[in-house]
Amino acid sequence: MRGIATVVAAVVKVERADAREAILNRIRAAYVDRPARVDVPRDYDVLTAADIDVVELFAERVADYRAVVHRTTEAGLAATIAEALASRSARRVVVPTGLPAAWLASVISVDQIADDPPLTHAQLDGVDAVITSCAVAIAVTGTIVLDAGPGQGRRALSLLPDHHVCIVRADQIVGGVPEALQRLDPRRPLTWISGPSATSDIELDRVEGVHGPRNLDVVLVDPRRSVQRPR
Amino acid sequence: MRDQRPVVRVTSPGRPAIHEPLPTFAGTPPFPEAAKVALADPQLRRNLRMATTTIRTKRARAVEECPDWEELRVAGAAIKDDVMARLPELLEQLESNVVAAGGVVHWARDGAEANAIVARIVRDAGATEVVKVKSMVTQEIELNEALALQGIDAWETDLAELIVQLGHDLPSHILVPAIHRNRSEIRDIFRTEMGAAGRPAPADLGNDPRELAEAARLHLREKFLRARVAVSGANFAVAETGTVMVVESEGNGRMCLTLPDVLITVMGIEKLVPSWRDLEVFLQLLPRSSTAERMNPYTSMWTGVTPGDGPQVFHLILLDNGRTDVLSDTVGRQALRCIKCSACLNVCPVYERTGGHAYGSPYPGPIGAILTPQLRGIARHPVDEQTASLPYASSLCGACFDVCPVRIDIPEILVHLRTLVVRQHGWRAAFGQEAGMMRSLGGAFGGPRRLGAAERVASVGGRVVGRSGRIGRVRLPGMLGAWFRARDLRAPAKVPFRRWWRGHARDRDGGGGGG
Ligand code: SF4
Repeated sequence: MRGIATVVAAVVKVERADAREAILNRIRAAYVDRPARVDVPRDYDVLTAADIDVVELFAERVADYRAVVHRTTEAGLAATIAEALASRSARRVVVPTGLPAAWLASVISVDQIADDPPLTHAQLDGVDAVITSCAVAIAVTGTIVLDAGPGQGRRALSLLPDHHVCIVRADQIVGGVPEALQRLDPRRPLTWISGPSATSDIELDRVEGVHGPRNLDVVLVDPRRSVQRPR
Repeated sequence: MRDQRPVVRVTSPGRPAIHEPLPTFAGTPPFPEAAKVALADPQLRRNLRMATTTIRTKRARAVEECPDWEELRVAGAAIKDDVMARLPELLEQLESNVVAAGGVVHWARDGAEANAIVARIVRDAGATEVVKVKSMVTQEIELNEALALQGIDAWETDLAELIVQLGHDLPSHILVPAIHRNRSEIRDIFRTEMGAAGRPAPADLGNDPRELAEAARLHLREKFLRARVAVSGANFAVAETGTVMVVESEGNGRMCLTLPDVLITVMGIEKLVPSWRDLEVFLQLLPRSSTAERMNPYTSMWTGVTPGDGPQVFHLILLDNGRTDVLSDTVGRQALRCIKCSACLNVCPVYERTGGHAYGSPYPGPIGAILTPQLRGIARHPVDEQTASLPYASSLCGACFDVCPVRIDIPEILVHLRTLVVRQHGWRAAFGQEAGMMRSLGGAFGGPRRLGAAERVASVGGRVVGRSGRIGRVRLPGMLGAWFRARDLRAPAKVPFRRWWRGHARDRDGGGGGG
């Protein structure tokens, strides 16, 4: 038995090696004209113009996707989070490891469920909402990026519950896509989120909410702001 | 020919027999013949026009917002050209980085090889089904059909792909594959077909898109939660880091990329970018060109496997399947820059009138007209009549080049491929192609005169061909000339398209808008 398994494994290995070499050889053979390395002209904008208020722009662009934007200060944060959860009558909320406890100070009469030990997918599917922080946010495109860091948890947490409350601090907001990539670590699993899930597959009619969270609340914490004014 | 399609019968109880036999593009008649279906259906043409006009207008707005759009296009084209110039080194770099991050890399010369690898991985995982993220490349290699032969169900999870799959139908647009179906047809498909594939649609399902999307959500959630293996394509892979990226809208991609234990990604060898930084170009070009948004709702990026997060087994299959043939043609090579955004479809006056099915491959519209013949080896050997007809499925108006985010000179390649057709099949056959195109499309353009005029307008732009349509060393009269002189050269197609289509699409309710 063992012998056969070894032979099979060896054959598979040879096949793979063959395909690899064959493809690489075909590519080399295709270079009839010996194409040279191409220098990439990067004359596009890498930095956002200094006169743009990225926080304002981000708030505006996120709202364009029909996500709900709440603007608050550090002091008003806990209350705003509680409000956002209540707005969709969340009863059970999953809390990723590393989310500051103070953020949940005003969340009462809602079951807070930790992902430790990890919840099953079925359990996560039965949860109403998730609260996360984020890694970076992009003003021009109204995007938040999660990198599974502290306060965000593994990717499934922000996927299965139908309501995602995401906290974004003003200093996490960059202007455009190039700046965001500079801040991100490719080795981490990254999820870029621009509004709630959507489809236009039926007669190009936009429907918000298919498989991902149908409701996205972005809580924007801006220390410059003295009064809380939810939008 | 590829006519022997296997008929799949999946009969075990509880194992839905949803895709038997799976419709494929095999046997599509040449373009002018195939185009007649849409051309003869005013409702379908109205749908197509409305759809393409809507997306095109939205895209123009999304692009106008970027003052540096041209610079992004130039950079995008250069990055891809750089990839094409040093593919071996970049592929090897990607491979070693994926392996270092815990992934397994496979190489596949063609579709059969790739399909066999996928089937083996699924079987080894002890699974009998996979969930799929919409992927052009797995359509190209007819993966679902290959898996069905092995008793493995492949569930499409993109809403439009679900509509196409449940409707035993074929996709007709890259971005909105069910663009040819209206809401009532979709409701009927859901009502009659969902039950056989899993959770049935509610009996009183209406035709409001919101309701239909909700039915799809519930139907697919069951599948996402139990799936152990997922199959995806890739929009980009970064050689420098080993990162793979998928862009999407609905969240079905995230479900597939996150929940199962095993993830299999099939990608064409051209999908690379050299460095992490290069994504800054394509993450701007792609969403605005494709869904005409500043950013698509979800983009996932992963590098190998992450302990405790997502699939713990990751297989990446690098597929050739004709791409090295494309690479060997120094004029046609630029088609490999394509990022499958579908912008060229929405501006194409021919696509707008014929729809996607007429192109006879998963790649419709202008990109299909240049990519399909090349993938089928036109640079190396004569191709069949359907393939040879594709480079003629254009009025050479040049709109596709203007919108292409990676500046593929589609008209230039079309003219180049026409010279290959002339060389392979003789000028009489080439004449016949032009004439056939005139016959079927002339009416839709308001007469051959108008179609001819469209071509002349293009040449005034000066980008492509002289107005006489000089092709290679053979000087052909322009299309208008061909219309008068070559009317009777072409023999009628062997299989009338309508009959072929019925056999494949299994039109349920006596000729729905799909065909
Ligand atoms: S050819 Fe250009 S415009 Fe057409 S799908 Fe490809 S990238 Fe988009």
